[in-house]
Amino acid sequence: MAAGNRPLSPHLQVYRWQITMALSILHRMTGVGLALGLLLLTWWLVAAAGGAAYFDYVHAVMGSVIGRMVLFGFTWSLYFHLCNGIRHLVWDAGYGFEVGSMQKSGWLVLVVSVVLTLGTFLAGYGGI
Amino acid sequence: MVEFNLPANSKVKGGTTHKAAAGAKNVRSFRVYRYDPDSGENPRLDTYEVDMDECGPMVLDALIKIKNEIDPTVTFRRSCREGICGSCAMNIDGTNTLACTKACDEVKGDVKVYPLPHLEVIKDLVGDLSNFYAQYASIKPWLEAESPAPPDGERLQSPEERKKIDGLYECILCACCSTSCPSYWWNSDRYLGPAVLLQAYRWLIDSRDENQGERLDNLEDPFRLYRCHTIMNCTNTCPKGLNPAKAIAEIKQMMVSRQL
Repeated sequence: MAAGNRPLSPHLQVYRWQITMALSILHRMTGVGLALGLLLLTWWLVAAAGGAAYFDYVHAVMGSVIGRMVLFGFTWSLYFHLCNGIRHLVWDAGYGFEVGSMQKSGWLVLVVSVVLTLGTFLAGYGGI
Repeated sequence: MVEFNLPANSKVKGGTTHKAAAGAKNVRSFRVYRYDPDSGENPRLDTYEVDMDECGPMVLDALIKIKNEIDPTVTFRRSCREGICGSCAMNIDGTNTLACTKACDEVKGDVKVYPLPHLEVIKDLVGDLSNFYAQYASIKPWLEAESPAPPDGERLQSPEERKKIDGLYECILCACCSTSCPSYWWNSDRYLGPAVLLQAYRWLIDSRDENQGERLDNLEDPFRLYRCHTIMNCTNTCPKGLNPAKAIAEIKQMMVSRQL
């Protein structure tokens, strides 16, 4: 038997995406996003110590269309990671493992994170 | 290790189509993963048109019909045809399940049939489960007790103690859950995977077992247990309706509570 040349059966290529696995990888991706966003925050703080002109420059960058999109993504990453982190804590405590409830909690986390993000931007730009 | 793409020798090519007989009215297409170890060629996806008026309701019925009447070279494992042996576990319509308990009617469109994911393929739908069985053996799936059994009978359990292994002892080790788990795909050399961990928990909470401490010691490892990231594919896919993710969470809790 040519055991050395056996193919690997398809995995990601064929497995049906489900809300639970999608949110699991999103949790990791938003975690990476938060680490990068922290650099952004640090840059902003450094700028504050770097004089008015430099601070204005950093503000302009972050206030540009692309800058705002990045900040929007960072904010959503923060809320999603927070909400899903709470979901993980509940699991660690031993609750919410039924197929129905882990799918429902997934959708809930998704909706709540989007609502919180929009709310934050409304508060920031709408002056609520 | 994480490799998202299939190696060159594993890429699936298009295959041949076996048409249904003329006059068949209720035809469905089954797209089946084929790999022939003798030719050494890349795997391919063959299409078989089956007249469902002449076929049983389950995917396994269709596979057996294909093998008997269309193409005798199609290779798959099967035995009990009633969801108790676990032999016909495969990836059907994107999720792992038993072909014998999966109705063709549950699938929309063509029925796609692949081997269990991320295994070395021996032939067609037969994956190599040697590693899976070796991992099962590693958790010592038998009763370990220092104290001698009562001379006049078996070791007794109260109904409450017995109830704790409900939802665990029903596991048939079909490997649907383990091979649905991305963490197991990337780290099956070191991570035990949901099925084996559910079995480990089955012995951990058995009131007659006296080796709980050592069993936990053997699991306390960054990979063996803690590669579970609660992705939840295992519980979603279990054809017996069991909950490996919850069993793993219970083991993690035991790990914490024994430190307190």
